[in-house]
Amino acid sequence: MNTLSKNQNLRRYLWPCAGLLVLLVINVIIAPEFFHIEFKDGRFYGSLIDVLNRAAPVALLAIGMSLVIATAGVDLSVGSIMAIAGAVSAYYITKGVDNLALIIGAGLIAGLIAGIVNGFLVGYMSIQPIVATLILMVAGRGIAQLVNEGQIVTFDHSGFAFLGTGSFLGLPFPVVLVIITFAIVQLLTRRTALGLYIEAVGANPSASHYMGLNAKAIKMSVYCVAALCAALAGMIAAADIRGSDANNAGLWLELDAILAVVIGGASLMGGRFSIFLAIIGALIIQTLTVTIILSGIPPKFNLLIKASAIIVVLLLQSPLFQKQLAQLKFRKATSVTNTAKEAKNA
Amino acid sequence: MLNRKFIPLAVTCCLFFLLFGIGSIQFDGFGTPRVFFNLLSDNAFLIIAAVGMTFVILSGGIDLSVGAVIALTGVVCSVLISKYQWHPLVVFPVVLIGGTVFGAMMGAIIHYYKMQPFIVTLAGMFFARGLASVISEESIPIEHEFYNQVSAFGFEIVGEAWIGSSTIICLMVLIVAIIAAHYTRFGGRVYAIGGDANSSALMGIPLAATTIHIYAISSFLATLAGIVYSFYTFSGYSLAAVGVELDAIAAVVIGGTLLTGGYGYMFGTLMGVLIMGVVQTYISFDGTLSSWWTKIVIGGLLFCFIALQQLLVRIKPR
Repeated sequence: MNTLSKNQNLRRYLWPCAGLLVLLVINVIIAPEFFHIEFKDGRFYGSLIDVLNRAAPVALLAIGMSLVIATAGVDLSVGSIMAIAGAVSAYYITKGVDNLALIIGAGLIAGLIAGIVNGFLVGYMSIQPIVATLILMVAGRGIAQLVNEGQIVTFDHSGFAFLGTGSFLGLPFPVVLVIITFAIVQLLTRRTALGLYIEAVGANPSASHYMGLNAKAIKMSVYCVAALCAALAGMIAAADIRGSDANNAGLWLELDAILAVVIGGASLMGGRFSIFLAIIGALIIQTLTVTIILSGIPPKFNLLIKASAIIVVLLLQSPLFQKQLAQLKFRKATSVTNTAKEAKNA
Repeated sequence: MLNRKFIPLAVTCCLFFLLFGIGSIQFDGFGTPRVFFNLLSDNAFLIIAAVGMTFVILSGGIDLSVGAVIALTGVVCSVLISKYQWHPLVVFPVVLIGGTVFGAMMGAIIHYYKMQPFIVTLAGMFFARGLASVISEESIPIEHEFYNQVSAFGFEIVGEAWIGSSTIICLMVLIVAIIAAHYTRFGGRVYAIGGDANSSALMGIPLAATTIHIYAISSFLATLAGIVYSFYTFSGYSLAAVGVELDAIAAVVIGGTLLTGGYGYMFGTLMGVLIMGVVQTYISFDGTLSSWWTKIVIGGLLFCFIALQQLLVRIKPR
């Protein structure tokens, strides 16, 4: 039993990691300079670093989203929360606030409020997650535009811009932020019982209720974490372009985040999560984009390939499809032995 | 005494007349038949798409591919008409059949592989938009005599109100949908599945056929909505109609249909679209309010109606 569960655990990690490896190998074959990394002016440069840097916002969203999906929920509003957080921090910078902690704090608090709204609707009013977060997805962009007064607000604040374009220990700062967030959330969920509670609520709500778990508070906390991650991603995106664009900041990124979690092998029915695999999923999406560009396929095929990837991953996860595949193999094997038997009888 | 099952529908209708009334008192020329019928003709494509969405939501599912299917339809139509010189009357059946098959495939995957409608139609949305941008990334104009005739077709009724071809199509779709949902066996099955899929399977309702039909109808109507949409824009563009699926879902919810399925009325969906249209018209009449207020107001309305639904479900008489 123990070896079986260990095997399954290993297999969970095998597929996403193998997928990423295959994509990386394809990239190297197409463009041998892909793995080339240069150290210049105190930071690394290269395609690989670029992939890490560009995957950072989706990776941050995926960290929060994997917790939400583990409770059998989904958060469609993360893209809008990115826009709100970017707009709020831009607002404070243009109002002359110079203290970096205050600016970042304001963005995070805006995100936290959004998360509390989502968590309240899902946890305490028991509204379906898709619908509850749809409200903020629609209204959120309107709120961000309200904060920006309909303009694209640009700003000049070197401290805040560091979030998006700075570097630490040679790595781009967004990547460092992803690593820090990953470490904090991983510690919170795997070194305390919180992770287990989240999985229990997703796997079997009534059983976890009888166990005495406070499902409402747990749901509230995961939507808050997801919103905080989104707010951080939104500030990175705003710092990157030194401006806040309420219409386009984080547009469609909620879908990429869900896709990253699904590629990471989590079931949308909830009950299990791996933050590490969700980040691998985000890296796969970004590497795939680079592969498409490198291989000379026009970027317009990007969406079509992504859609095919989701369908294949979903089918591979479906128990019926696995059975059909197994039957296909089995039928081949049996038909060979049957013909051999018939030959003998004749 | 009003039957409780009509409460959400009644609230929706009252809200519409209230908003329309406020607008009429505040602005000259708001409370005219012309403004009312413009609501219909401006939102005809949304009404058609939302009717399809109502079937899906009544069955307890969701269809996120609607906006992408509208864009894909526009692109395919414009390429076939402008590049290959097909006659629109040949193009329309082809794209409608294509759209229906697309929806049927999504329905089949949802039913046979037991996947969540949300993720399957999300993949469908990526697929349709991806296909549209592969066919053409630029906006393609449609130039055909037939298009000019169709979009000019219509007649005037009282008070300068204009009924155009898109209004006629959308009202016809609505009437057929009301009959199909409330007076046919198929409609009964949709409600039954939305109420409880397990019980309806035990009752002998063909789950597979009904689910596939529902998603096929939704995509068929989205394709029709795409054709109507191309009557306004005279072009096909792969990034057109972004977010229409959310507007359609919002209209269905504001129209009083329960998102968990099994409860709601086709007529409510019409009122839902009209309410969103009135909000937009009010903001454009006012002139000082900015366009983003539309999003915030619709978000607020969504919240109120969902809260109302929860309240009604909770205080159900036993």
